[in-house]
Amino acid sequence: MAVTVVIPTPLRQFADGAAQLVFEANNVGEALDSLTTTYAELRKHLFTDQNALRSFVNVYVNDEDIRHAQALDTPVSDGDTVMIVPSIAGGC
Amino acid sequence: MILLTQPHVVAMQAHGERDYPYECCGLLIGRFLQNGNKEVVETYAISNAREEEAKRNRFLIRPEELVAGERAAAQKGLDVVGFYHSHPDDEAVPSRYDLEHAWPIYSYIIVSVREGSALDLRSWEMESDRSKFNPEEMSKGQE
Repeated sequence: MAVTVVIPTPLRQFADGAAQLVFEANNVGEALDSLTTTYAELRKHLFTDQNALRSFVNVYVNDEDIRHAQALDTPVSDGDTVMIVPSIAGGC
Repeated sequence: MILLTQPHVVAMQAHGERDYPYECCGLLIGRFLQNGNKEVVETYAISNAREEEAKRNRFLIRPEELVAGERAAAQKGLDVVGFYHSHPDDEAVPSRYDLEHAWPIYSYIIVSVREGSALDLRSWEMESDRSKFNPEEMSKGQE
């Protein structure tokens, strides 16, 4: 399945400036693995050392938050858009 | 370096004082300049999305609010170039929690608010390997 992965502004510098890229994948995890294999520096911004998606990284397939679906196992279809959207958090 | 004006500083300090003892937060809307600097055109206050009991030392800007801000900025030919938040009764220095949740490239401005009065205000950028924040020079115009 060819899916388009949309990369947020702060991470484009690690993907040769690309705003979106197309990967072959059957689910979200595969798409993000392909992305972070191609651009290894992206991985630490998206995943923890335990390979879990960071809590402030949100991923949508088309308009659906994958946390409300099957998380990284959420299936994707040809032509789907996988969008990475930051939450902004912090505090003292 | 981040370029901003005194009214931007005043707006962020006023937001920090208004929301004290809770943390305030907002977007920095502007431009990424060719020379690597950022220019703030406007600040955009966001309501802290954290629950009541956490807002004294935590802030959250939900993804849908960021996307809405990015779209509004794009309509003006601008970008989200960073964020600001307050540290009530604490220094204008990023915490470990700030570092764990930060994104590269963006500016993170922190306003220290002590007993309801905004004092220090500093800008920071995260190292791209996520190891630390570095101080970011601020150039304050008068307008």
